[in-house]
Order: sequence, then C-alpha cells, then structure tokens
Amino acid sequence: MLDLEYSEKLEKVRMSMNALSKSMLRPIARKYDEAEHEYPKELDVFRGLSVMGGKKKKKDGDTDKKKEKVASDTGTNLGTIVTVEEMCWGDVGLLLSIPNAGLGNAAISAVATEEQLEKFGGKWAAMAITEPESGSDSGSICTTAVLDGDEWVLNGEKIFVTCADRCDAVVVWATVDKEAGKAGIKSFVVEKGTPGFKLEHLEHKLGIRASDTGTFVLKDCRIPKENLLGSSEVKKTEGFKGVMKTFDNTRPMVAAMANGVAKAAVDFTREKLEEAGYNLDYSKNPGNLSAVEKDFYWMEAHLDAMRLLTLRAAWMADNEEFNNLEASMSKAKAGRYGTLITQKCCELMGPLGYSREYLAEKWMRDSKILDIFEGTGQIQHLIIARNILNLSSKELK
Amino acid sequence: MINFSMSKQQQMVKKEVAKLVKNIVADNAHDMDESGQIPADAIDKAWGLGASISMVPEEYGGYGMADSPLETALVLEELAFGDMAFAVAVTAPSLFITPVAKMGTEDQKKKYLPLFCKEAYAACTMALNEPRFGFDAVDLKTTAEKKGGAYVLNGEKCFVPMGAKASHMLVAASLDGKSQLFIVDTKNPGVKMGDREKTLGMYALEMNRVVFENCEVPAEDRLGGEEGCDFDAFLQRSRVGMAAMAAGVTNASYQFAREYAKTRVQFGEPIAYRQSVAFMLAEMAYEVDSIRLMAWKAASALEAGKDAKREAYLAKMYAGEMAMKMCDYGVQLMGGHGYIREYPVERYYRNARGFANLEAMATI
Repeated sequence: MLDLEYSEKLEKVRMSMNALSKSMLRPIARKYDEAEHEYPKELDVFRGLSVMGGKKKKKDGDTDKKKEKVASDTGTNLGTIVTVEEMCWGDVGLLLSIPNAGLGNAAISAVATEEQLEKFGGKWAAMAITEPESGSDSGSICTTAVLDGDEWVLNGEKIFVTCADRCDAVVVWATVDKEAGKAGIKSFVVEKGTPGFKLEHLEHKLGIRASDTGTFVLKDCRIPKENLLGSSEVKKTEGFKGVMKTFDNTRPMVAAMANGVAKAAVDFTREKLEEAGYNLDYSKNPGNLSAVEKDFYWMEAHLDAMRLLTLRAAWMADNEEFNNLEASMSKAKAGRYGTLITQKCCELMGPLGYSREYLAEKWMRDSKILDIFEGTGQIQHLIIARNILNLSSKELK
Repeated sequence: MINFSMSKQQQMVKKEVAKLVKNIVADNAHDMDESGQIPADAIDKAWGLGASISMVPEEYGGYGMADSPLETALVLEELAFGDMAFAVAVTAPSLFITPVAKMGTEDQKKKYLPLFCKEAYAACTMALNEPRFGFDAVDLKTTAEKKGGAYVLNGEKCFVPMGAKASHMLVAASLDGKSQLFIVDTKNPGVKMGDREKTLGMYALEMNRVVFENCEVPAEDRLGGEEGCDFDAFLQRSRVGMAAMAAGVTNASYQFAREYAKTRVQFGEPIAYRQSVAFMLAEMAYEVDSIRLMAWKAASALEAGKDAKREAYLAKMYAGEMAMKMCDYGVQLMGGHGYIREYPVERYYRNARGFANLEAMATI
C-alpha cells in the first residue's frame, strides 16, 4: 500500500551518509572550490565505495527477473539517491570526485561482458560523450572508430569530461558508421597512457570547481578490439539505446544531487532565520507571513516536491517498473527548482549570500550545472512531452 | 517503508469513486456550475460511497473501518477531478463528523454522530473562514467567551459549505487566544444564517455567510468538553484534504488541455507539436504529480500516526500556488476557447484559486 515514510533501515542510511558528509565533505568544500583542479586527497578513503556504479544489470536470459514481486525500499536506486542527496548536501563537486565512481563506471557496470568487468571494473572510469559540435544532440557525435585488424582506431575530440584528469580510463562514445546514425554509435574503453589519447586541458567553471572537467583529443588512438564495451557483436538494438537506458537510472541521481545542494541552502536559511528570531511554525495563513518567511516556506515546499518525484523514480527502478517518464520528471523539476532555491537562499541572506565567507554563494554556483548536464532541463521537458503526448522526435522537435 | 504502489483496497476505492464520478458528474458539471445547483440524487449517490462515515465506529452509525488518510486522499482527488463544487458538497459533513469522531467526548459522539452517520445525506458542516483581510485560522476574530455554563460566540463567518442546509455545524472561534471548535445547532437564536455567497468559483456549491450574535453554546457542546480539542490536529487533516482535492482539479485541467493540444490543428499540424505548448503540458504533468505526492506525503505521516503539521502546511501552500499556475496554463493552452464557459478549463481556473484563499473546504 502507498507509503511515503522512510523505513527505519533507509532512514539509517540517510543519517549515516549525512554524518559522513558533514564530517568529511563540508570541512573541505571551500578548500577545493578555491583550489580548482587540486586532487582532493581526503577522498582516497572512499576508494571502493560504489556510489555511481549501481548494480550490474543482468542480461536478457535471466529468469529471476519476474519472480514474486515484494515491494522494497532498500534497493540500490533508493539507497543511492538517499546517499547522493546527503553527499551533495556536503559538496557536489567532491561527490563527482569520488574515486572509482565515474559515469564510465556506471556504463561498465551496466553493459560490460564478464571479461571486461574483470579488466576494467576496478578502474576509475570517466565517460566521454560531448563534443564541441554535439551537446544535447548526442546522436550526432563525430568521433570515429574504425576496425583495423585486431584494433579499433579512434579519432575525435571530447569535451566536458568529468574526472578527466583523475580517472584511469575513459568510456568513449564513437561511431563505427556515420551513415547508420544512432545505430552506429558504440562505447569504447580507452585507458590512460594509450598513445594518441591526450588530455588537452581542464576547464575553469562557474561551480563544482572541485571536479576536474577536461577535454580529450583522440588522434589515431589504437585500442584492443576487446575494448568495445558490451558484446563484440554489432547489434543494432544495443549500443546507443542501451547506454541511453543507463540515463534512466542516472537521471534520478542527478535530481538527487540537486535535492542535496538545495537542502543545504534550505537548512542554512532556516538556521539564519531562527537566529534572527523568526518562529517558523507552519501555521500562519500564508497571507500573513513576512516576505522572508513566505519565501522560506516556498523553498521548503518545492524542495519536498523535488525529493518526492526523485523518490518515486528511484523506487520504480528498484521495483522493476519502467521509469523513463518519471526519471525525466524528477530531473526536470529538481534541476530547475534546485537552481531557484539556491538563488533564493542567496537573495534572502542579503550581503551574507554574496560573501565567500559562507557556502551559500557556492551552492548557487554548484546547483546550476544540475539543470544542464546529463540532459538539459529543456531536453527533459522534451522527453516528458513526447511521452505524455505520444509524439515521436520527428513530430515534436 | 517507501511504497508507490497502491494496495488492492486502495486501487478498488479509487476505481469505484472514479466510476461513480464519471457516471453522475462528468456530463453534468457544466450544467451544475451554470445553474448553481447540484441535483440531490447526485449527492445521495456519492454519499452512498460512505467516505464521510466509514471510519466512524459502528455504535455511532458508521462502518467501523480503520481511519485511512491515504484512502480518503484518493477519494477526495477523484471527486474533485469530477467537479470541485460537487466534491465539497458531498464531503462537507466530514468537516463536522471527523472532528467529533476523533476529538469529541463520549456524550458528544453519542448525541451527534448518529444524526449524520446515516444512509441518507444530512447536511452538517464547519464555519471557519472569516470575511476580513488577514484572515488566519490560528488567529480568529470570531470569539468565544465563557459565561456561566455556556460559551458565547460572537463574530462573522463566510464560505460555510452547505451552511443554510446544515442542522448543525462546528464553529471555530478564539477562546483565550486559541482556536477552538464548538458544536452549534443552526436553530440557535444566536445564529444568523446569511445569504448564499456569490463566489469566484464552485458556483454549484451552496455556501453561506453566518453571523454569530451572542450565540450561547452550552459548555458541554465545546468540542472535547472542558479540555477542549487539538485544533491543530484538525487543521492538519483539513489542509491535506484540500491538497488532495487540488491534485484532482489540476489533473482535470491537464487532461483536458492535453487532449485539445493533440487534436487542435493550426499552421498545418497539432499545436502539441510546438515546444511552447508541449513544454507547458510537460510542466502540468509533473506538477499534478507533485501536488498529489505532497498530499500523499502528509497523509502518509498521518496514516503512520505521526504529526504532519509541516507536511500538511507545505502541501496546501504548494497546491495553492501550483494548482492556480497549472490551471492557468490549462486556459492558456486552449486559446480563445479556454475563455468560454462551454469548456471546463475556465471553471478549473476559477476553482483552483480557492486552494490558497480558503480553509476547511474538506478534511481527511
């Protein structure tokens, strides 16, 4: 039956992650915001903790999928979004910098063969999709992969790669047949140190400065044939669609990141309001609240909404329900309102919200990216709209 | 434990109400709004669902079922999806029955519940809203003063659902600075039943002004007796109820606008093919879900026996803002046709404003 209360177990996860975040991430949040690109060595303790990884999806032949459906709230996705939210309450950039928890790790977990999992599972893997001319339109990427004997030869340029500097390997999207469009896109594992694979530069960003974002150039970069991620057969059904499906799982996680940083802003605002003598008692008619109180409740209400949509998407993933629509809804709402909430916090804080002495200004800078990467808010709205209107990408552009 | 799937019971209840609403309201909502009348047999049929009396113990005339805020939320949403005026009319008795059942003294329950926990609909209600700028449920200007063996009520109430038809009502008044509830017989000489309200929305719903002029209420009719009642507990449940209704109204607007956008052809193709239109609908889709989930979150806490003051407050506040905004989109998406009363979206727009402005139109 319907229930939106956390189980004791899930609440314990949340509390322990919050404690971890408070003790480990908050104290160094400003340090790595200022020391952009410096490796956060304090995070080495997290090596081995699977955050973005997620459970490996079993292949089609598996029979245990449709066993007796027992509802649960301690599945991987729910546990992950609760964890991610608390970690981002600490610091978004540092969460993205956790060793061995790159987006490439998620891809490997999702589609790797047993051999690939053995070879690459333990490495820190970044994901390289975006190119100078291919952002939202990831189906238009131009990095090529040509089979030459026992090797793939990759050529192209990848930008905005998270963990570009710190990773051991990069999952690179390339096309084996430009004429085939999306069906020709596959992902390849390129290890650092491979000749022809160069980290060109790291970006200076508005926020999440603790996270290393970089550009790779691939020039006649040769990798073993076995590095084509997933089955070596060039199946038309896998590849692009398969990796897009990982986004159904990562989208709620990005929403959870937005929820975390927004919660940080809400908690800070509450603290300051209470210090200033406001009694936030959730009872006065909203028409009788001061502007500040009303704005604060507005922040809280939208934060609750974001978190509920995210919870739903993650729960559905854990309970084997197709959640493409709900995942996009959660990111659409959280991405946009997370940004507005952090902006509102700075606004309400007056001069304090503009000063680097407090973390509020950093949260405002950090939250912005969450409405942009892994599918912009506009793309999310497009996905939602096509779904609810039953329109194809040709009909609704 | 987090669970987004309904139990069989919950699914069944939702289905039942939806079916009934489809049969008796869908085609009549427009006429009810235009005529300002709800057919009595429609109210009777919906009353037959038992939503207002199911949780009242059998000894007082109820069904003796477990109190389920979540189930009631489902019912309220489905009723409001059909028509908000109808939903309020049918469930107005809950505004009296539920607080008495939950917070009344044994004598009060024995005396009053059987009057309304019957097969036939008998109107009873609550008088809470006040016609003044700065109205606040926790800072009422209707006062109650203890005088001998009675409380004397003075003040003016507005938007009392089914006021003129009700034989009894709970009146919210400030006693020593705190909001309290009093059981009042509408035949009490101190009750001056006023005119039917002329409103922005819910035209079909009868609501009245009521003036209390030195209205003497026996002390034993103060809800909860000498100790009074936990007014806050009522307010929480009422706010959740309204948030649940808001989900229904907003969903109705969304569904109608979506169908229109898919079929309305301009510039050679359905307007749904245009991003500006599609994006508004996308937003409506997730905001309907958000309004609903906020109501469910509060209902869930109540279901677990927890206090839901914060959640209920935020749920109603959220519904107040977003139901209005989304029902506004609903009108906008229909262009000129959205402005015409032949189509329901303008009614949803008028009804949606009530969620922010009014209190105690419904309760869990």
